[in-house]
Amino acid sequence: MKKDLLGIADLSREEIYLVLETAEAMREVGRRPIKKVPTLRGKTVVNLFYEPSTRTRTSFEIAEKRLSADTLNVAVSASSVLKGETLVDTALNIEAMSPDMIVLRHASSGACHLLSRICKSRIINAGDGMHEHPTQALLDAFTIKEHKKTIEGLKVAIVGDLLHSRVLRSNVLLLTKLGASVWLCGPPTLVPPGIECLGVHVTTSVDEAVAGADVIMMLRIQQERMQGAFFPSLREYFNVFGMTAARVRGAKPDVIIMHPGPMNRGVEIASDVADGPYSVILEQVANGVAVRMAVLYLLAGGVEDEAAA
Amino acid sequence: MKRLLKGGRVVDPANGRDGAFDVLIEDGRIARVGRDLAVGADTTVVTIPPGFVVCPGLIDMHVHLREPGQEHKETIATGTAAAVAGGFTAVACMPNTSPVNDNAGVTEYVLRKAAEANLARVYPIGAVSRGQAGEQLADIAELKNAGCVAITDDGRPVATAVLMRRALEYSSMFNIPVIEHCEEQSLKGDGVAHEGFQASSLGLRGIPGEAESIMALRDISLSSLTGGAVHIAHMSARQTLEAVRFGKSHGARVTCEVTPHHFVLTDEMLAAPVPYDTNTKMNPPLREAADRDAMLQGLADGSIDVIATDHAPHHYDEKLVEFDHAPFGITGLETAVSLCFDRLVHAHVLGVPRLIELLSVNPARILNVPGGTLSEGAPADVTILAPDLPVTVSADRMKSKSKNSPFIGWTLRGGVAATLVGGRVVYVNEDAKLNLTNG
Repeated sequence: MKKDLLGIADLSREEIYLVLETAEAMREVGRRPIKKVPTLRGKTVVNLFYEPSTRTRTSFEIAEKRLSADTLNVAVSASSVLKGETLVDTALNIEAMSPDMIVLRHASSGACHLLSRICKSRIINAGDGMHEHPTQALLDAFTIKEHKKTIEGLKVAIVGDLLHSRVLRSNVLLLTKLGASVWLCGPPTLVPPGIECLGVHVTTSVDEAVAGADVIMMLRIQQERMQGAFFPSLREYFNVFGMTAARVRGAKPDVIIMHPGPMNRGVEIASDVADGPYSVILEQVANGVAVRMAVLYLLAGGVEDEAAA
Repeated sequence: MKRLLKGGRVVDPANGRDGAFDVLIEDGRIARVGRDLAVGADTTVVTIPPGFVVCPGLIDMHVHLREPGQEHKETIATGTAAAVAGGFTAVACMPNTSPVNDNAGVTEYVLRKAAEANLARVYPIGAVSRGQAGEQLADIAELKNAGCVAITDDGRPVATAVLMRRALEYSSMFNIPVIEHCEEQSLKGDGVAHEGFQASSLGLRGIPGEAESIMALRDISLSSLTGGAVHIAHMSARQTLEAVRFGKSHGARVTCEVTPHHFVLTDEMLAAPVPYDTNTKMNPPLREAADRDAMLQGLADGSIDVIATDHAPHHYDEKLVEFDHAPFGITGLETAVSLCFDRLVHAHVLGVPRLIELLSVNPARILNVPGGTLSEGAPADVTILAPDLPVTVSADRMKSKSKNSPFIGWTLRGGVAATLVGGRVVYVNEDAKLNLTNG
């Protein structure tokens, strides 16, 4: 693997499969009575989070601790930003204390690329703006593979706010690399212009997207998008695009329903779907730890440090 | 003090000249242009190497010199040093300084600093509205009398249609153009890149080409209504070029400019070679290949009047941030000539005479300033160009205080050999091996 994990765009098919296979092994660690291995003992991992995050930060922290890394969380909104320090200066200061890896979550697309250019530490993208969220796509793929054995040839429908979603971009890149047929669905106001160039189908019909789907992946609708006139009301959004049990019936009988969280029940997804038999939403969360352990292991412990060579 | 530029290819479209001529400069003015001029022993003879072009001094009608107020980015001294190194004998500087150039005090300050620097000529451009706030007109007569050659609220468009109407009506009595930064603000929103596949793929908020063309259409319509002259700055979108062609064909007093970066680069630069390079962030943004190709077509067919750089220096620190947070703009004075030769002349898009119209004749005409000609008696503002000189763009050699250029490291064919302002040698490129000194 490369020095950093900036996005799925940088990963080959083989590297994606390597992460998924490694995650299988890592999951076993979480099932032991003592959920800890010494793999990353003596390695320091800084979780540098410029955006509030519960799921992703907790998941990374648990993954780091299960691998015995020394881990610390820097929630930057509360410290340096208030004093006017730039991202680069904050990163260089952290870097001066010789961490091995920095896990970065930031509201601006490309923030991880910026750190990648100036830092010797390995950078893991935990979500940058509207760009990528690679570990989410990897854990989604892991979850799909667990249920469907393979990803190649599956029909995956992704429904919701496509425009602002980093989860969308990472998943499209990963699923198309692995040979899935990807259908995107959302109001035209929330479709990124030109996204079809990535080899996906785009439709405004939920029924068309869902028809015969093996996987339905929901994306979060942010309530403040109404101010930008992206759609008229949450009520209308749910009526047109909300995932209801009736709409799910158009999919394959063994369809799985995914959501990266946090969910807006009754906006993009009906509660009976979120909590229903097809839902694998909590499995995604569980698998997140194993997949992040795999990424941390492969970047820091699993290979010789070619960056230092 | 007499100097003879002997044997160059003189390209002087204003006088219909393109060929081997000698240019005699005497007391800071063009004394004679002719073949094999005989001169006395009191004249310094400078032999121009074969292939070099002697032309009227280049004029960049769109630069940001940043002074007063943002001297950490550029000063009038460093900006004019960059100008002459780029072959420009004159620049017109934008009023979005701090304070804004909306009164004679600021205009006079700019002119005093330019006189102290004593390099390129500087033509200040005043604000359309007081403080560029888009509400009241600035004191335009005062600005004109102090030395402003045009008005603009550059950095943003003139805020409302009615204010633009009044600006065009009012300025017409001084015969100065209104230069417009075309951008429909609600469509631009908080966009940072051209709306399209690249921005979508990189997760950057988009700005459609129509944000520019809608405003250009507004202003062209208002030009027709008022008879005032509007000049469309830094045109980037093919839709805007269509709007300009429409206006010209309907007799509107509209002219337009394009920057080298908009006819050389596309939004693919956002992704590679350096993803999210903040030196690819400018406003208007780098657009897609169809837009870039439209600009080349417009340059070739005469629809576009001017090449201007929109030289926008920013400090290193300001650009070393997240793409979203970086200021818009790149420097341009010191790369323009090389980009024009490499991508226009050597690529057979246009010939040298047309290039000199775009870089000298037309800006002088639009701004109604001296220059753009080697007529006898005109000030000896002369640029000597080396069309085949290999140039590697290097930050170390840049005279501008800021180095925010996406072209650093590029190797281009064609450059500036020397620059003369009022007969005085203000820049010599040692690589061109020209026997020219200010002695």
